[in-house]
Parts: sequence; C-alpha cells; structure tokens
Amino acid sequence: MADIVATPKSQSHGDHYDVDYLNDGSLLSWLTTVDHKKLGVMYLWSILFMFFLGGVFALLVRLELMNPGQTIMTAEQYNKAFTLHGAIMVFLVIIPSIPAALGNFALPLMLGAKDVAFPRLNLLSFWIYVTGAIIATVAMVTGGVDTGWTFYTPYSTTTDGPVALMTFAAFVLGFSSILTGVNFVATVHKLRAPGMGWFKMPLFVWGIYATAIIQVLATPVLAITLLLLIFERLFGVGVFDPKLGGDPVLFQHFFWFYSHPAVYIMILPGMAIISEVIPTMSQKVFFGYKATAFSSVAIAIVSFVVWGHHMFTSGQSQLAGAIFSFLTFLVGIPSAIKVFNWITTMYKGSISLAAPMLYALMFLILFGIGGLTGIFLGTMSVDIHLHDTYFVVAHFHYVMMGSTLIAFLAGLHFWWPKMFGRMYNERAAQIAAFFVFIGFNATFLPQFLLGSRGMPRRYYDYLPEFTFLHQVSTVGSWLLGLGFVIMAGYLFASLRKKMDAPSNPWHARTLDWQTSSPPITHNFHEIPVLKQGPYDYFKPFEPSVEGYHE
Amino acid sequence: MNWLRDWMMPLAASEHAKKVDDLYIFTFWLMLAFFILIVYLTVLFPLKYKRKKEGVMTINFSHNLALELAWSVIPLILVIGLFFWGFNDYVESRVHQNDAIEVHVTANKWNWAFEYPDGSRSIKALHVPVNKPVRLILTSEDVLHAFFIPALRTKTDVIPGRYVELPFTATVAGKHQVFCAEYCGRGHSGMFAELYVDTPEQYETFLKEGPEEFKAMPLVELGKFTYNEAGCKSCHTIDGTKSEGPSFKNLWGKSEKLRDGSSVTVDESYIRESILNPTAKVVAGYEPVMPSFQGLLRDRQILGVIEYIKSLK
Repeated sequence: MADIVATPKSQSHGDHYDVDYLNDGSLLSWLTTVDHKKLGVMYLWSILFMFFLGGVFALLVRLELMNPGQTIMTAEQYNKAFTLHGAIMVFLVIIPSIPAALGNFALPLMLGAKDVAFPRLNLLSFWIYVTGAIIATVAMVTGGVDTGWTFYTPYSTTTDGPVALMTFAAFVLGFSSILTGVNFVATVHKLRAPGMGWFKMPLFVWGIYATAIIQVLATPVLAITLLLLIFERLFGVGVFDPKLGGDPVLFQHFFWFYSHPAVYIMILPGMAIISEVIPTMSQKVFFGYKATAFSSVAIAIVSFVVWGHHMFTSGQSQLAGAIFSFLTFLVGIPSAIKVFNWITTMYKGSISLAAPMLYALMFLILFGIGGLTGIFLGTMSVDIHLHDTYFVVAHFHYVMMGSTLIAFLAGLHFWWPKMFGRMYNERAAQIAAFFVFIGFNATFLPQFLLGSRGMPRRYYDYLPEFTFLHQVSTVGSWLLGLGFVIMAGYLFASLRKKMDAPSNPWHARTLDWQTSSPPITHNFHEIPVLKQGPYDYFKPFEPSVEGYHE
Repeated sequence: MNWLRDWMMPLAASEHAKKVDDLYIFTFWLMLAFFILIVYLTVLFPLKYKRKKEGVMTINFSHNLALELAWSVIPLILVIGLFFWGFNDYVESRVHQNDAIEVHVTANKWNWAFEYPDGSRSIKALHVPVNKPVRLILTSEDVLHAFFIPALRTKTDVIPGRYVELPFTATVAGKHQVFCAEYCGRGHSGMFAELYVDTPEQYETFLKEGPEEFKAMPLVELGKFTYNEAGCKSCHTIDGTKSEGPSFKNLWGKSEKLRDGSSVTVDESYIRESILNPTAKVVAGYEPVMPSFQGLLRDRQILGVIEYIKSLK
C-alpha cells in the first residue's frame, strides 16, 4: 500500500518538507491525486455545486406553490422540478456529503493514518461520482424526468423522458458509494494509530464506520432494482408492470430495502459529526461513549428491517405492516439515547458558542422535531391518514435537511480552518445561522399542519383553503436561501485571506488537530502514538504526535 | 382541547376518524413534552456553562447507569404502548362487515369511476348512505393511484392488476373531499372526487334517480347506456341476430307468440314486466333463463330501455 500513498512532490527535491497539501503540486495534478484530503476537497466543491442546483429547484418548486393554479410553470415542468430537486439532493448531495467530503478529509487524520486504505480506489470512486453527476445532468438537459426520485413503477416505466438515463445515473452513483464504503471499512480496521483500540476511536469514526457497512450491504440492492427497471423500460421485460405480468409493489419492496437504510446512510454521519462537535466545543468528556458507539451500529442493523413502513397503504399484508411498525419504533430508542447523551455531554462543560456549536445546537432542536414527528408516522392508524401528505414531506426534511445538512454545516464550519487554513468571519456566520434556522422552520413547520389537514404531497395545484400555509412556507424558503447566500459570501471571502488558522482552533483532543492547518501532504511527520482518549478533557492535554504543541 | 383538534385536523366524519384524532392528539402532547425537555436543556446548558476562560479542565462525568437506563426504558415502554394503540385502531378499521354496500372503484389517469351494486355508475362522485358500512373494491387501469379521504382518515394505494379494499362507515352526512395521494403524473393534483355521505332520504333519491350524470341523460341515451352496462347486450342483439333472447331490432310493436301458445304485443307494459319478472311471458323458441332485474335498475333506466328499444328500427 505504501507505494501509492500520496507523497509530497517537494520531498523528492529535498526542500519544503513542510509544504501543505493545498499548495503541493500543480492544479492539474489534483485530477489524478490519490491524496484523501484533496479528494475530500474536490468532493466538497462538487457536492456544494450540486447543492446549489438542487436548491434552485427547491426555490422554484416553492415559488410555484405560492398561489393555487399556475404561478410560474406548467404541471409538467413542476413535476420535473420536484423530481430533480429530490434526485439531486438525495443521490448527489446528502448521501455523499458527509462521508465522501468531510469523511474523506477527516477520517484518516483522525485515525493517525497517512491516507485511506486504498487511495487509488478512492480516486476511482470520486471519478465514478463525477460520471454519475454528468449522466444525471445530461438526463436533466435532454428533457428531464417526472417520476419523483422514488421512480415508482409502472409510472416510471411508462412515462416519457430520459428515465432510463436518470436511473442509470443513480446506478452509477451507487458504485461510488459502495467503493467509498469498502475503503472506509478497511481503513478503520487496518490503519488506526498505535494505541487506538476500538473504544479509543473518535465517535465520528464510529458513525462513518456504521454508515460504510450499510453502504456496502444495501447499495447493491438498489443497483439491481434500477437495472431491472432499465430492462423493463428498454426491453419490455415484465418485472414490475402488471400489464407485462410484473408486480408494482415488488418494486417498492426492492426500492425501500435500499432506500430506508439509505436514510441512515444520510443521518448516521450527521450524528457522527454532532458527536464530535459537542464534546469538543464543550471541552467535556463524551457522556455514554459506548452507548453512542453501539447505538450507531444498532441503528445500522435495525435499519435493514424497517423498509415496510413506507408501504403501510400499499396493500402489503396487515401482519407485515404490524411487524414493520413495531421495528420502526425500536429504531427510535437508539436515536433517543444519542440525543440524551449529547445533551448530557454539555452538562458542566466549558461551552463555546462558535459557529460549529451553533449548528450543533440547531441540529439538536431540528433533529428533535424530525425524530419525534417520526413517532406519528410509525403509528399505523395515524400513518394511514398522514401517508403521502405534507406531514411526511415536513418530517423527512427535518431529518434530511434539518439534521443531516445542518450537521454537515456544523462539520464544514468545524473543519474549514483545518481544510483551508483560514478562519471565516464569526459574526457573519452567526447571522447566516440565524437566517438558516428561522428560514428552515418557517418553510417546514407549516407543512406539518398542511399534511395533518389532508394536503397530499407532489401536488402542483391545491385547494384554496391551503393557500396561507403554502405562502408562509414559500416566504420561509427565501429566508433559508438568504442564509445560504450569506454563508457562501463569508466562506469564499475567507479563502481570499492569508492563511491564519491555528492548528487547533477548537482545542480538540483528536489526532486530526495535531497537525498543521492545512495539514502537510503526508498528514503527520511521525506516526502518532495515542496517549489519550479522544475526549479526555478532564486531564491536561498530552499530544500524541511527537513534537506537536499548540 | 377541541380547538387543537379542529386546528390540526379536518372534520372527522367517522368513528374511526375520531379514534385516529384521539391518538394523534395524545401523541402530540407526549412528543411536545419531550420536545420541550430537549429544547429546555439545549438552551439551558450552553447559557449556564458558557465558556468563561480558555483551557480549563472539566469534570469526568462519562456514564451513569441509572440515567442511561431511564432514558432507554421509558421511551421504549411509551413507544410499545403507542404501537399497540395504533395497530389496534388500524386493524379494527380494516375489518369489513358482511352486509356492507360494495362499490367498485376504478382509477385511471386522472379520473375516479364508481360502480354501484345496481350496475349504475358515476364519475368523480361517490354516494354512500350515512351510518351504513361500505366496502370499496378498488383497482387501477394504468399506474398507481391512492384513494384518500381526509375526513375519514383513511386511504389506500390503488394498484393496477390487483384489487384492494377500503372499508368505512361514514357518520357525518355531507360532502367530503377525496384526493389522489399517489403521484401519477400531470393531472395528479386535479384527480379529485367528492364523497357524498347521504341521509337515508337522499340516498333513497339517489338510488331511484341515479347519479347526476343519469339525470342529465336523455332517455334513449340512458337506455343505451343501461343496455351496454347492465348486461342486456350479452343475450339481446341490436342487429336482428338471434341470441339467448330475442334481438331488440324491430322488436317494438311486434306481436310475439309465447311458449304457452298465447301471444302478446311488445309495448311498454310488456317490456317492463319482462325486465322485472322475465319468466312470466317467455317467447316461443327461447328458454326461461333471464334473471330478474328487480331492484337493480332504476325506474328511469327501465323507461330508458323501453325508449331505446323503440328507437331500434
């Protein structure tokens, strides 16, 4: 493995041994780099671009819903807009966001490793991601698809448009996800620094590890499902369409067998970041380390057996429904344990309210709403009423955006100084966080009410009685958008500054902070030997990297 | 707390709907309590333990068995309770009664069609009597749809190539909205129907006069519709060919010889009698195989069939 780990170009010339990874090598050399940090940064920019695109579609969808009837687009255009919003946000943004961007960057550093276990595989999975993104973009430009991101059959096999291409894009992106998962599992098993037993690993590593296992086990099922869908569409092979002798409910079983675990591919890394940010910003030992580590693994396992709760109204048997309902409630328990652990970690800490912590606190509140409203949906009789209404839309936005993306922002603000060697404007970050919080809640709280009052989802037009709540939601989306514009402003502005970030701005104890900001190409001069647990804030700091001092 | 229920939920038009609301409101208060606890601590701790100076050691408080057991076991007990409550209400709502009125529902892009026990049909308007159990039997002709009645807190996906059932007993008379809740393309957001929960008198009138579409149809047209939909056409042709029963072509005014040797003139009374009591006067050369349509056709439909036969010259 050693021969393919990125080595500093300068090393061979014998000078500039300490050059940081950002300035090591030409711009062109980034395209073929095997450095996990550069790959993480490239993932970050790709994902942020896709987030911008998905966000534009979201704002268009909300704008159309400002008034009943046609506002700015036709029903066909609306159906394409919400499909693309969903597909982009799920497959191109949220699933890769934390593992591929922040995970790639931070995981090897946290383990005290020079790189991931398979650096070339890492490069391959990045280019597969780019290929998938390009195929998806081609599908969007050549007509767009109107199936919804769930591609439910037989609508998806009978509607017009480049559905096969879009499905193929999701198929390709799945491989990127699988390869990243394999890589991370191997890295966590094999490349931990001397002295780092399993229970000395930072909790971020535990979360990413649990995620990687789901990615490896569940994503192939999606690949097969999408392949069957493509076969049915292109060659008329009857798998899902009853006209060809297929079964449309079978597609839903296949699809959710992947896509429910995928929900945890999205949320576990978010929880992992919060488990890192809260103890660090509170300078407090993590409360219930083992419970939190095990609950990540428990969630990963149970997530495989709850897919049927997406299908309470689908005509599946009542016994199946009952079993899925019960198992779904069980997932709530490890999540509840985590929330109480995070909160108790803050107890008697020394809490800084810098931007990463603001987002972490925001996460606690928004994930609280997202998780607690999930209880309504797990309850069978209540779910029958709420299924496929705006209540569900609000619930999963609280989990996917309010939790995962907010955690991503917490992580981004947390590791930004390490990634780019610059601090951002703290005041501007507070203002942006305020708008994101207010805007998000204004957008999605009214949708709970819309849903319980009976407003179905994926509606281009709606009854006049729903107008007011839709308008509040649309105005909320503008505030949310404003928050992101401010954020883009101060983050880009920070990149124009001279590098000013200290190596450990948050006084963290994990290994990723015991190197320069930004890190040198090979991460550490010496292999770190772990001297302290990751959250031992009750005793003086003892660096694990020789020669490192704050 | 009725204001809260009225604010969050549409009108509850069945006993089941009220039960769903009870559980919803109970869950709401329970979750609100947890939420307030989370928010209180999330705001309190950062304020109370705000960093005053850098580089201080904090306490080593890393686990507490009692605390951890409490916040694992208490939520577990609560959710198991909620599970049984919700499961019980759900199963109860899906058990249909044997004397239920069965209405067939056919969905297609982007329409709902209803077929009643008497063979009559209506489009986008479903009539059911109040306080009587109803069982919908639903299927789709093209893609997935979902039949969603917010006022009854019930819905089911409608699946092509399969029949699903949706039992309910509506207890509040009036007009209730029906939505399609499963995305089905361009017309999805307009795929409505109205559920008319009729008083016994209104339902009586509906049964007698049929859906709005029937009232608007001229008699001949209604007769032709009935001929095609109620089953006449499987035994009676309109082109003069002999089938299980006499052809309707040129039948009007004809003098028919009966099996018992007597004869009869085909007029209004004879056609009416033949529909309601077919074996009374069977034409010679035919077997007495026709079933009675007593109670299946409305008076105006019978008139329509008479007018339709008149028109077939």
